[in-house]
Amino acid sequence: MMGSGSNNQPAVSARNLRKRFGALEVLKGISLDAHEGDVISILGASGSGKSTLLRCINLLEIPDDGEVVVAGEAIALRTGRRGRREPVDRAQVDRIRMQVAMVFQTFNLWSHMTVIENVIEAPVHVQKRPRAEAMREAEALLDKVGIAEKRDAYPAHLSGGQQQRAAIARALAMHPRVMLFDEPTSALDPELVGEVLRVMRTLAVEGRTMLVVTHEMGFAREVSNRVIFLNQGVIEEEGKPAELFAAPKSERLRQFLSSHLQV
Amino acid sequence: MDFDFLKETVLLLLSGVPLLLQLSFFSIAAGALFAVLLALMRLSGNPVLDYAARSYVFVFRGTPLLVQIFLIYYGLGQFPEIRQSFLWPFLREPYWCALLALTLNTAAYSSEIIRGGILSVPFGQIEAARACGMSRGLIFRRIIVRQGLIVALPAYGNEIILMTRSTALASTITLMEVTGIASKLISETFRAVEVFICAGAIYLILNFAISRAIALLERRLSPQFHTPALAAAVPERA
Amino acid sequence: MADYVELMGFGPKGWGLLMAQAALMTIAVSATAFALGSALGALVAWARVEGNRPLRIAADAYVTVLRGIPDLLVIYLLYFGGSQALTALAHLVGAKGFVGVNAFAAGAIAVGIISGAYQSEVFRGAFAAIARGELEAARSVGMSRPLLFRRIIVPQALRFAIPGLGNVWQLALKESALISVVGLTEILRQAQVGAGSTRQPFEFFITAAALYLVLSTISGLGFQRAEALGMRGVRRS
Repeated sequence: MMGSGSNNQPAVSARNLRKRFGALEVLKGISLDAHEGDVISILGASGSGKSTLLRCINLLEIPDDGEVVVAGEAIALRTGRRGRREPVDRAQVDRIRMQVAMVFQTFNLWSHMTVIENVIEAPVHVQKRPRAEAMREAEALLDKVGIAEKRDAYPAHLSGGQQQRAAIARALAMHPRVMLFDEPTSALDPELVGEVLRVMRTLAVEGRTMLVVTHEMGFAREVSNRVIFLNQGVIEEEGKPAELFAAPKSERLRQFLSSHLQV
Repeated sequence: MDFDFLKETVLLLLSGVPLLLQLSFFSIAAGALFAVLLALMRLSGNPVLDYAARSYVFVFRGTPLLVQIFLIYYGLGQFPEIRQSFLWPFLREPYWCALLALTLNTAAYSSEIIRGGILSVPFGQIEAARACGMSRGLIFRRIIVRQGLIVALPAYGNEIILMTRSTALASTITLMEVTGIASKLISETFRAVEVFICAGAIYLILNFAISRAIALLERRLSPQFHTPALAAAVPERA
Repeated sequence: MADYVELMGFGPKGWGLLMAQAALMTIAVSATAFALGSALGALVAWARVEGNRPLRIAADAYVTVLRGIPDLLVIYLLYFGGSQALTALAHLVGAKGFVGVNAFAAGAIAVGIISGAYQSEVFRGAFAAIARGELEAARSVGMSRPLLFRRIIVPQALRFAIPGLGNVWQLALKESALISVVGLTEILRQAQVGAGSTRQPFEFFITAAALYLVLSTISGLGFQRAEALGMRGVRRS
């Protein structure tokens, strides 16, 4: 449940995560801690396991080995029938997901609901909050991300950038302790990327705990307080952005940066 | 054009409409419930359930409805176990046999339509719901049913029209719905063409009413996008 | 079980031979109906796409009516209506009694007319699926309309039509069972005769069902093969 907020306990902790898809081992023992207020950028080439790592934290993927701890509570897993890993208690997973909000690369707004209905859906039906209160808050959030006038529009009528900002408002409405961003701008046209990054920057400045898988080096360098570089399922390098970007220690990171950074 | 005859014929045929409506309505309703079960069995991930549902659909879609009706009406009565069971008062009545056959038949076709509707919901939206902590039941109710319904509606509307048409086969086991009355009139009056026109008109008007109702429902449910005509992809049946 | 084998077998008391003959009859009447339906369907599809307004309205009406009314009614119309007309004609020339239209003919034509409605939809869809670009390319090299139709449209449309036609064929197979009500000795009628004679309706109708399943499955495989052949060299988008 919601922790006492002690600064010593990480908001999210992953210990030795392993995950394989068929014969391919995508995560080979990853551990990381995210404390309150951390903004961690996760970089890496495609196939390095970045998205899988993120998805293990809210259990959209179930790790084959290792542990995920959210606000001091470890998600209980076991090996079920036919050797598949599964959660011991579905209700625990649902509960923990209420505190871990995810923003997807493909936005994933529910297409049969208007924008504001999307935002109040989880607060009202999962967290059981009163509808009037959720509505008030939703309007404020939509205003904050800059699409207040779109509240009664359907997702299909919004641009990509607007949809993603709506998705961020939806995530914020859950009052999450941790926010996971899975390549939030990769599916956007270049001129729409900026508006989404601006919103994310605001959140970071407010002190939100964010784990961001991204290719936006500018964001990684200027907004995050920690950068993790994943390569082939392991953490190759980790540290403050200034250090990693100015003086990368590993050869692969150097190659990665040179191919991704604009001069 | 013998209008008196036509008028008389239409009135006689109309007396069969209540039975037609009863057979359609109840078989579609019961069939829909069973179809949801079948669709869920196929999507359950359990290979035994999946195989059972697939076999059921295969058998009921691969054999003529008339054979299914005869099997139930004539075939089941052969077994003393059935004749002595509590089901016998129902199973020896043509009305219940027809209802049963129609229900089992439409369930097979409808389950595929419903399955298609459920599968059409973009996986990303289901993931987003899971990521918010929605339980599986909530996800099904709030996301899958709403969107699946919109996709499945044109095909399901087609199925309803086909079912109404199929009730005519009940006339082969003595039920006097519209086609039953029509065949009696044809053999009594020797005026096949006129009777055919009257009976056909009744069915066509019914179909028209049903399609209008479905179109209205479609418009009410989907303010957010135009639904393409999926009816072309629907499996038909005899 | 042994009783069933004896019942349906090819021995002296077995009905196997009769059921097999009935199956052949089913195939024959379905194939005839299907062929008729193809000719009708192609014509109607052409009328709906290329015809003038009255033609199009007539074609649309045909499709709507035949997909909306029960197939049984069409069979009754053609068989009883046809017989009544024939009888009236025969009486004109002095014959007496009831002259029946041939059940095979009436049934095949009835199912054929219904099948035509469905097949026209299939052909219409197949025609619409032909890439506009290919037609433009053909026109730009100077192909005349008849040549275009023969060399580009027909082969392409046939290819796209195969899955839909497979479906309609299976429909025709199942509809042929309805022709039993006018006495044609196809599978269902034969099963009814056997059931009445031996008082074992269940065995006979189950056998009938199995026969239809077998026919339908073999047809399905055949059409899958045809589809694979037809789709050689086409990259599915």
